[in-house]
Amino acid sequence: MYEPIKGLKELPTDEPLAPGHRLCAGCGAPIALRQILLAAPKDTVLANATGCMEVSTVIYPYSAWNRPWVHSAFENTAAVASGIESGFKALARRGEGKEHPVIAIGGDGGTYDIGFQALSGALERGHRFLYVCYDNEAYMNTGIQRSGGTPLGAWTTTTQVGPAEFGKRENKKDLMGIVVAHRVPYAATAAISHWRDLMIKVRKALAQDGPTFLHVLAPCTRGWRFEMAKTVKMAKLAVDTRFFPLYEVENGVYKITVPVPNPRPAEEYLKAQGRYAHLLQPQWAKQLETVKKEVDANYKRLERLAQFTSPIPAT
Amino acid sequence: MTAVEAVKTVPMLGDEAVAEAVKDCDVDVVSAYPITPQTIIVEKLSEFVASGEFKGEFIPVESEHSAMSAALGASLTGARVFTATSSQGLALMHEMLYNVSGLRLPVVMAVANRALSAPLVLNADHGDMMGSRDSGWIQFYAENVEEIYDRTIQLFRLSEDPRVLLPSAINFEGFILSHDMEGVRLLDGEQIRKFVGRPKLEQRLDPENPKSFGALASPDNYYEFKMQQVEGMKAALGVFKEVEKEFHAFSGRRYGAVDAYNTDQANRIVVINGCASGTIRAAARVLNRGGDNVGVLAVKLYRPFPTDEVVEHLRDADSVVVMDRSVSFGAPSGPLAADVKSALKSAGLDTPVMSLVYGIGGRDFSIEDGKKVFAMSKDKGAYGTTFMYGVKN
Amino acid sequence: MSRQSLSEAAVVQGGNSVEYTTTGWRVNRPVIDEAKCTNCLICWIYCPEPAIIRHENAKVTIDYDHCKGCGICEVECPLKAIKMVREP
Repeated sequence: MYEPIKGLKELPTDEPLAPGHRLCAGCGAPIALRQILLAAPKDTVLANATGCMEVSTVIYPYSAWNRPWVHSAFENTAAVASGIESGFKALARRGEGKEHPVIAIGGDGGTYDIGFQALSGALERGHRFLYVCYDNEAYMNTGIQRSGGTPLGAWTTTTQVGPAEFGKRENKKDLMGIVVAHRVPYAATAAISHWRDLMIKVRKALAQDGPTFLHVLAPCTRGWRFEMAKTVKMAKLAVDTRFFPLYEVENGVYKITVPVPNPRPAEEYLKAQGRYAHLLQPQWAKQLETVKKEVDANYKRLERLAQFTSPIPAT
Repeated sequence: MTAVEAVKTVPMLGDEAVAEAVKDCDVDVVSAYPITPQTIIVEKLSEFVASGEFKGEFIPVESEHSAMSAALGASLTGARVFTATSSQGLALMHEMLYNVSGLRLPVVMAVANRALSAPLVLNADHGDMMGSRDSGWIQFYAENVEEIYDRTIQLFRLSEDPRVLLPSAINFEGFILSHDMEGVRLLDGEQIRKFVGRPKLEQRLDPENPKSFGALASPDNYYEFKMQQVEGMKAALGVFKEVEKEFHAFSGRRYGAVDAYNTDQANRIVVINGCASGTIRAAARVLNRGGDNVGVLAVKLYRPFPTDEVVEHLRDADSVVVMDRSVSFGAPSGPLAADVKSALKSAGLDTPVMSLVYGIGGRDFSIEDGKKVFAMSKDKGAYGTTFMYGVKN
Repeated sequence: MSRQSLSEAAVVQGGNSVEYTTTGWRVNRPVIDEAKCTNCLICWIYCPEPAIIRHENAKVTIDYDHCKGCGICEVECPLKAIKMVREP
């Protein structure tokens, strides 16, 4: 089983991520990774895809990681993690070392798009590892280009806004649905604002003997266009407006871990970010309605899934 | 009975020989994706997994790019790692080849050389490995099945040597060698295990001493990091000699970086790599019995290029024909020919060199063809061009 | 840097980025009002660097060598014990 999260004071004092990295002031990604690694065992080994988190933390000759860490390419983190897990397993079997928890880290770009195949393969093969997708909803590292994780209607540099276009035309891929279709023992969404929920999920995931997945919302002050002090607030707003529901799927059973019975109006979330400012203008009223409908429908879908998959109580 | 006398000869395919070698080399992780004509390697290894003879982890990855990525991850734990591929698979893992070499990981790979698409063809030429020849991998070419077996074993020792720490590949023609049945004098498992030992990688993923691999470099230091690989390659030439000496001590077998037939006497010499070395050597023997004076220099170690040895063997020749089993589009000559020409020129030699391309897409090359090549080599006017031998009009 | 000073294959010792200061990134700096602070550690769990130091027997302090002045701590502190002030 897993060690419950009692309180912040019980968490380790030695930092898994060292300061001195070059991530933007107020970046959501290191907040996510810090929380994850504080909840994980000290001997965790990391595989990191190319992206914000990687390129800003290991600039020769400095590294911000107080954990064994490897980066090689953009699309292969899950494959590298598979190799690490197998390497430790093989060596442990011949008495030449121990197995250690393995966490693969990829952004939305490196997970939804270019890293999709490697993720699917690793999940299907059943390696014991946790894949963390820190989602800032675009290719932020290369300058805010759209990814499969960019939400409907969002501005990015490759989904520009003008008289002809209202931002991204496509909906955000249902990454959790895809992962759950691989019949993994555990998958969950998390947000940096809800640190306890996130940490419990990390520990639950690492306790499984198989592939697990954590989809963390990591707001990006530069790409979403909001004040850098508001990063955590933005994550909370995403949860409170149902834009990013917090749920887990344990062996196919859905559970909304942070229910939002009375969501705040979607407009509150949209008007807080420059990337959505255009949606509140009259010419995009229809698209705004679609965005709101999709958010609502998605949450209701999760509620139904939770009902439908809930274990039948023993009589 | 010596180790050499104790062995038994077992008939097997080139692909099977690879699997046999891997089984006995204490490999910890194999990550591979099937592609014709390498498939028998992974199938045979899977049989060894089922029988319990292969005790490592076998990762049936979902693509070749993932095969090399998983190999990279596994190698960083300090495990001994192996993979195999061909053609499109090698091309797909191309960026990872540079990554593995750049991280100085001793991954060993077997490549059943097959021509690249488009159009699609399943048969052999060296286009696949030649397309990746600059990736920082040590590259050998084998001429027969037993050599494939022996080289695979040698590569673990060579790559893991702390003076080298570069990945290595054993190349052999798809179908022509991969599916060719020959007798292999299998070596004793215990002796092989003693020869390869266990990997002792200092730089690895270790929670007791956390390190970061795959940093962002800059124009201020990237060049110097590449120089480290250049130096590793240089060192490999010398370390290879030691490895072969050790290997010979328990197996009685040795191949060298090149195989020279009659090069000390010959007027005209053909330089070649791959299995057609045997074919052209047979043609040379026939011609010499008939009074000609030709030689064959088979290049077995291609990267690092054994420049000094190649120059020494070609120094006294009147002319050289270099045979390439791949096309380098838009280049003044084939890849091996370019290396030979460059080596000769740098040694101050003005020997006429003909670049001759053959065997593309699995086009057969026979002893008769070999005789024709030697006949062509008499024509002084034919030098200075790239001749596409065997192409239909 | 000379070739000799480079590590083999650009391997980096983990966690040494503490030696790299990002103090120059700031426009404003956080100041903790110790009287109001209850050491709840909310600022610490939300700091992206982290530039908030926990102490065995004292309340948290700011690591001004690494604080980038994002102001998340001021916004999130439940006691309103942190104020962002202009860098002197």
